[in-house]
Amino acid sequence: MGSTLLRMILLLFGVSAISFMLVISSPIDPVEAFVGSESNISKEQKEIVAEYWGLDQPPLQRYLTWLKNLFHGDMGDSIAYKKPVTQVLAERFATSCVLMLTAWLISGALGFVLGILAGICSGKWPDKIIKTFCFVLSSTPAFWMGLLLLVIFAVNLGWFPVGFAVPVGKSAADVTIGERIHHLILPALTLSITGVANIALHTRQKIIDVMKSRYVLFAKARGENTWQILKRHGLRNIAIPAITLQFASFSELFGGSVLAEQVFSYPGLGNAATVAGIKGDAPLLLGVALFSVLFVFVGNLTANILYGVINPQIREGTES
Amino acid sequence: MESGNNVLEVKNLSVSFKMYDKGLEQIDLKVISSLNISVKENELLAIAGSSGSGKSLLADAILGILPDNASVSGDMLYYNTPLTKERQEKLRGREIALVPQSVDFLDPLMQTGKQVIGVRGSAEKQKQVFRRYGLKEEVEKMYPFQLSGGMARRVLVSTALIGDAKLIVADEPTPGLSKTMAKEAMGHFRSLADEGRAVILITHDIDLAFEYADAVAVFYAGTTVETASAEDFRKGPDALRHPYSKALWAALPQNGFQPIPGTQPYAGSLPKGCLFAPRCSKKTKECTDQEVIPMRTLRGGEVCCIHAD
Amino acid sequence: MKKMNRRTKTVMLAAAILLILAAIAIAGLVMNADSYGPDYGAKKLAPSAAHLFGTDYLGRDMFCRTIKGLSNSILLGTAAAGFSACVALILGIVSAAIGGTVDKVISYLVDLFMGIPHMVLLMLISFAAGKGLKGVILGVALSHWPNLTRVIRGEVLQVKNMQFVKAAQKLGKTKTQVAYQHIFPHVVSQFIVGLILLFPHAILHEAGITFLGFGLSVDTPAIGIILSEALKHISTGMWWLVLFPGGLLVLVVMMFDKLGDYIRLLIDPASAQE
Repeated sequence: MGSTLLRMILLLFGVSAISFMLVISSPIDPVEAFVGSESNISKEQKEIVAEYWGLDQPPLQRYLTWLKNLFHGDMGDSIAYKKPVTQVLAERFATSCVLMLTAWLISGALGFVLGILAGICSGKWPDKIIKTFCFVLSSTPAFWMGLLLLVIFAVNLGWFPVGFAVPVGKSAADVTIGERIHHLILPALTLSITGVANIALHTRQKIIDVMKSRYVLFAKARGENTWQILKRHGLRNIAIPAITLQFASFSELFGGSVLAEQVFSYPGLGNAATVAGIKGDAPLLLGVALFSVLFVFVGNLTANILYGVINPQIREGTES
Repeated sequence: MESGNNVLEVKNLSVSFKMYDKGLEQIDLKVISSLNISVKENELLAIAGSSGSGKSLLADAILGILPDNASVSGDMLYYNTPLTKERQEKLRGREIALVPQSVDFLDPLMQTGKQVIGVRGSAEKQKQVFRRYGLKEEVEKMYPFQLSGGMARRVLVSTALIGDAKLIVADEPTPGLSKTMAKEAMGHFRSLADEGRAVILITHDIDLAFEYADAVAVFYAGTTVETASAEDFRKGPDALRHPYSKALWAALPQNGFQPIPGTQPYAGSLPKGCLFAPRCSKKTKECTDQEVIPMRTLRGGEVCCIHAD
Repeated sequence: MKKMNRRTKTVMLAAAILLILAAIAIAGLVMNADSYGPDYGAKKLAPSAAHLFGTDYLGRDMFCRTIKGLSNSILLGTAAAGFSACVALILGIVSAAIGGTVDKVISYLVDLFMGIPHMVLLMLISFAAGKGLKGVILGVALSHWPNLTRVIRGEVLQVKNMQFVKAAQKLGKTKTQVAYQHIFPHVVSQFIVGLILLFPHAILHEAGITFLGFGLSVDTPAIGIILSEALKHISTGMWWLVLFPGGLLVLVVMMFDKLGDYIRLLIDPASAQE
């Protein structure tokens, strides 16, 4: 456990270093981005700004400075939003969290049920239908799905709003939970879609493996029918891989949220990343990148811990 | 011990599998052909043959748990009435019980006690059976990976006693066990038979087989080539009928460890006529002329050989 | 009519897919730029016989624009996937064959890159390369090598430790002979299948990043750009701007996936026992 933690911390540092190097090696001039291309600030004034920001120092120095500031809770100021990066992240964190959590739960539950159904009926028509469904789904870009949902349900049928997390123009205090949920549904559906296919297919495979196992064969020999086998052996034996998969999907979840938020103009972290990338906002991009890595890290760590807790062989210690 | 009624009769059983060969060609693999065995109450029948001859599939066929791509033909009678699929489903785990090979056949994530109870047993019965085999109460809460070899053996046997098993099929209960433990295991099955049940014991431990069994069926290349009383095996090769049985006897360590050349034919490439003919010193043209050599009674036993005497 | 052998059927299907994909790619290359350019007299038309997929707000024929976009995606995806696959092959083999510190370093890098969500990594690389077309290509090419590297490394390790390799070595064959005769065939089949399955991922990611606005100018036909335009004009109800380009993209991705499946079936018959 200790060595895994150490390894993960090393990875975090590594990722932050790589992200940092990538960002500063961009030909996009942060000073340009800051002042905008239309302003007519002189070259000397730009150089003063550059020096103030420490842009002339060697990369390693800049990285260490950035790290030092990071540990003091200072991630610099966002060029695009003219606010501290930490503030931008904090403001958008809750919005993204709710979106990702909802989508995560939907894709987990739906994927699990579909996977079990497909696995039990392996080879028969429910399995074929679910497999085809998942195949098409996993070939579908999530943002296109979002666009379709938008066209059909928001534009044509008018059941849902076209975008944003809250009704436009309303002050924050006046927005109801109901309205928030109303704005959340389409983006959450969009985000959960690709997840469903992946989880369903994995669960299906695990159920098939379980049903082919020797202990299921013996259970059959003892008179257990399919439903009893599923209840007594199936669920228990796929719980661990299913949960591990759920927590390992944090990476896809965040990546998907970047696209989903774009389609629905949903003001979350994904949206912040896009804006940062387009507008050359290096500090914000770095801040979001770091957050996303942390997010994935937490997911994998949780998966590891849960695996150790649930698996009796690790819990009770193996005996030779 | 006086044997009672016929519990199980298997006549002309054949089992084949649809498989995909390389290049996606579909072929039929015949793993059991024209197999005949029968077992009575109070009788321990050993099915003996070398590893990999498809013996385990016989157990699966009797229980009715062959995979979906298997096709079965022939007759099976349980207490003189046909053993249909429906009957198998009703009886297995109750009157017809399987004792599997190893703890691999147990759910690794379920405690042993709960598994032995299964869906047809009760906690009471389970405690009773555990006591019979000297398994302490704490074994109930253990997981399969925590069981030692001896404990595992006894737990597996317990699973068969949870119901009212009249027919017990034990699949290879002795591999990997020390001589003492193997004898103990065989002793369990002996007493189960003595209590009035019919026990079929599939094994490749031939000397243990004829030491504890009442009758022995010799298994070769997917079929039984001889059925004899265990006495005949104890007497020696002259009392045996089929050339393969005699060769098996001679191959035992205590009898000189004499092998015969060749190997068992693979299910995909069975020879025509007598399956043992390619390795037999007594073979004649008639041995390969017929499609199948039928079983005939000889000196109180049964044999599939034209030349046996 | 003689029933076709399954193997022949698989080969024919795989060939058919290959032909269709090649046709789209080539069609896009040779297409006259005018066919997908603006035509102000034919703005915002719904699908019809003259314009199969309708036209957009500049009067551009969506069918031609979509095909051109798909062609770009296929070519770009192929190039990026090919590059990624080669990097993965080299790193995977080196990592497993040499072992030791080299292996630890490469594994560390793989874990590193896999710890960043794909989209974020793509954005970082694009950003680093200046956001233009170069950035997009580089981004897609450099974000797919980790997984395949891990797979190939696993394969090589597995084969390295297999009994028959050790037996061959004991029989006196040199390390290169062992590598060529035993390790190579195993790894090649995994590599080819992994390579083909990289294409759909690359294409989807390329569409994603161009949708967000990275990389290409707004005029360039790329499915991502077409769809982001559709988003901008969503309230005008021109549903055909969304349905056809995206739908065709889904079809192309499915074809690549199926192609990967068929090739896997042909190369690795053990997987046929489904």
